[in-house]
Amino acid sequence: MSLRIVVCVKYVPDATGDRHFAEDLTTDRDAVDGLLSELDEYAVEQALQIADAADDAEITVLTVGPEDAKDALRKALSMGADKGVHVEDDDLHGTDVVGTSLVLAKAVEHVGYDLVLCGMASTDGTMGVLPAILAERLGVPQVTLLSEVAVADGTVTGRRDGDAASEQLQAQLPAVVSVTDQSGEARYPSFKGIMAAKKKPVESLDLSDLGIDADEVGLGGAWTKVEDAAKRPERTAGTIVKDEGEGGKQLAEFLVSQKFI
Amino acid sequence: MPADGPQPVERHLPTEEARDLLGLTRDIAAREIRPRTAEEEDAGRFPREVFTTIGAAGLLGLPYPAEYGGGEQPYEVYLQVLEELAAIRLTVGLGVSVHTLACHALAEFGTKEQRAEHLDAMLGGELLGAYCLSEPSAGSDAASLRTRATRDGDHWVIEGTKAWITHGGVADFYTVLARTGADGPRGITAFLVPGDAEGLSAAAPERKMGLKGSPTAQVHFDGVRVPDTRRVGEEGQGFSIALSALDSGRLGIAACATGVAQGALDEALRFLAERRQFGRPLVDFQGLRFMLADMATAIEAGRALYLAAARLRDAGQPFGKQAAMAKLLCTDTAMKVTTDAVQLMGGYGYTADFPAERYMREAKVLQIVEGTNQIQRMVIARHIAGPESRD
Ligand SMILES: Cc1cc2nc3c(=O)[nH]c(=O)nc-3n(C[C@H](O)[C@H](O)[C@@H](O)COP(=O)(O)OP(=O)(O)OC[C@H]3O[C@@H](n4cnc5c(N)ncnc54)[C@H](O)[C@@H]3O)c2cc1C
Ligand SMILES: Cc1cc2nc3c(=O)[nH]c(=O)nc-3n(C[C@H](O)[C@H](O)[C@H](O)COP(=O)(O)OP(=O)(O)OC[C@H]3O[C@@H](n4cnc5c(N)ncnc54)[C@H](O)[C@@H]3O)c2cc1C
Repeated sequence: MSLRIVVCVKYVPDATGDRHFAEDLTTDRDAVDGLLSELDEYAVEQALQIADAADDAEITVLTVGPEDAKDALRKALSMGADKGVHVEDDDLHGTDVVGTSLVLAKAVEHVGYDLVLCGMASTDGTMGVLPAILAERLGVPQVTLLSEVAVADGTVTGRRDGDAASEQLQAQLPAVVSVTDQSGEARYPSFKGIMAAKKKPVESLDLSDLGIDADEVGLGGAWTKVEDAAKRPERTAGTIVKDEGEGGKQLAEFLVSQKFI
Repeated sequence: MPADGPQPVERHLPTEEARDLLGLTRDIAAREIRPRTAEEEDAGRFPREVFTTIGAAGLLGLPYPAEYGGGEQPYEVYLQVLEELAAIRLTVGLGVSVHTLACHALAEFGTKEQRAEHLDAMLGGELLGAYCLSEPSAGSDAASLRTRATRDGDHWVIEGTKAWITHGGVADFYTVLARTGADGPRGITAFLVPGDAEGLSAAAPERKMGLKGSPTAQVHFDGVRVPDTRRVGEEGQGFSIALSALDSGRLGIAACATGVAQGALDEALRFLAERRQFGRPLVDFQGLRFMLADMATAIEAGRALYLAAARLRDAGQPFGKQAAMAKLLCTDTAMKVTTDAVQLMGGYGYTADFPAERYMREAKVLQIVEGTNQIQRMVIARHIAGPESRD
């Protein structure tokens, strides 16, 4: 039977752009161009490698996000994934990680899966907890932060490199796996892949398709609320200390004034 | 819109597919090519891995039919990809152009069987090609070439030395023009020779002024045997095959030259915005601004000319005259613009710590390859004034 892989990919604002919050203190996603989170490219790459090694596999890429999030799906499809699923709904605006994990869980179940692959963290939210919550919601094993991953005989194995030790991990499928940026460089899409991606199917779903109530998600459903946000102060030219005998003392005073010492 | 520093070139591209292709090219150029250019050009290191990456991405077969693994792009699009690559590293842009030239003979003049057997790998990116026309004593007068192919049953035996061969020693296949008949252009035949053929060897690469990452070497054919199934086109058709490839190759050089000039202008722009003299950024001085304006205008004119020639080619019309004009204008422009870029950057421009002098050294070779600019003028004059009289 075909190995069903679902890769969760997030569409994020370009980190090199000038990012801002919108008036309701959510991320302003219109202000800068978006793209497929670079860390999720690693998950797509591992999915492609696992699919190559399997006799028969199908890769679905899944995203929860606004209209433009389709671009992230297209990128993953042009790298070689087979089909896309896009969950989009106005009521999703402001959803936190708890809500997002609910939507992803329902969508993953809707698609059908043996293996769910995630990145180690998104490059905008960077919480890094979604894969764990998702596994919990699905009621399947989680094997997170792998820098090496392989699937054989209904089992996923991999290596997690920690500060103190490298662990070899193993779990029965179905399971949720997240991979790190050490798992292997993601391939470039090929020109043919880009053209082929335009013809690959992308299914669009909204909350009602997944049987989710609007009040479980969105700003209203979020467990946390952003009360206030302030722009990080501009970098200033800095203070230049000229050593005219008192240099050391002035330096110390500066560090004290900045609460460094 | 007022621009702060260099902006990506504004391009009119015919399809969404072409825009995606240019996006992919810029992405690969910025991430895989740019970071290693300065160091590797300095060290004279050939980046075979870069060609593997761009081959896998589909950039080594762009103007050829999809049926044989190509990207089926018009020249108008393919050349703009070359331009973007050359702006970051000429070794790569020119390398793609030469590879594409090396595929031309088989793609256009090969039999159905030959195309089915070889083209997929040649266009699909696994193999890198070289094009062997020039010889030590046959440069501009290429038709005087002396490398000889002699028939031996259903094989040919090739004997001789080719010179100035881009990718000599690193190529996986060589498109070789050799003499099979009488002296002159009608006695020449084309062959597709595998890189690992017995008797084929490359000399140490030439020590060049620029374009140091791209190996240019003599290639010796010492009794190299190839089956007749590797003869491309008819016996005696080789020179006209070579010339037809050159018309397209010249457009490739024109596009590369435009990229080199653009790269140099962008560097100069960046520098002038940063550097202050007399209490102001250099970019404020009108004398320098006028130079920038002239450089940008010349580049844009060259780009427009090579694209006009490309569109003729894409429409199936004759384009040899316009290709020669584009090669001439774009490469002369590159020489002037890169020289001016060094001038604009003063002493810094003259050092290897900035890329301006590298661009200047690169521009020079483009006035020489694929027909020197004197030869281009001869070609253009023949188109407009007819052949020179023989008396
Ligand atoms: C205080 C707060 C404010 C927020 N404000 C906003 C906001 O204004 N606008 C808004 O859109 N969101 C907002 N969110 C939600 C948040 O940005 C993410 O969408 C969250 O749901 C997932 O957290 P993360 O991106 O940090 O995931 P991580 O746990 O870092 O992500 C790990 C992996 O999970 C997968 N993944 C994560 N998100 C998605 C997704 N959407 N689709 C598919 N796969 C995914 C990817 O594989 C990713 O690599 C907010 C969250 C919080 C806590
Ligand atoms: C870096 C590099 C890469 C190259 N790559 C390849 C390659 O991959 N494959 C290949 O086959 N060749 C290649 N060449 C060879 C290139 O095409 C020749 O160098 C070029 O055709 C000129 O030939 P030549 O060097 O023998 O110069 P010559 O022909 O000896 O010319 C010397 C000078 O005389 C001028 N001249 C010659 N004849 C005339 C005339 N009738 N009227 C007016 N002026 C004239 C020329 O313009 C030039 O200024 C490469 C050369 C270089 C430098």
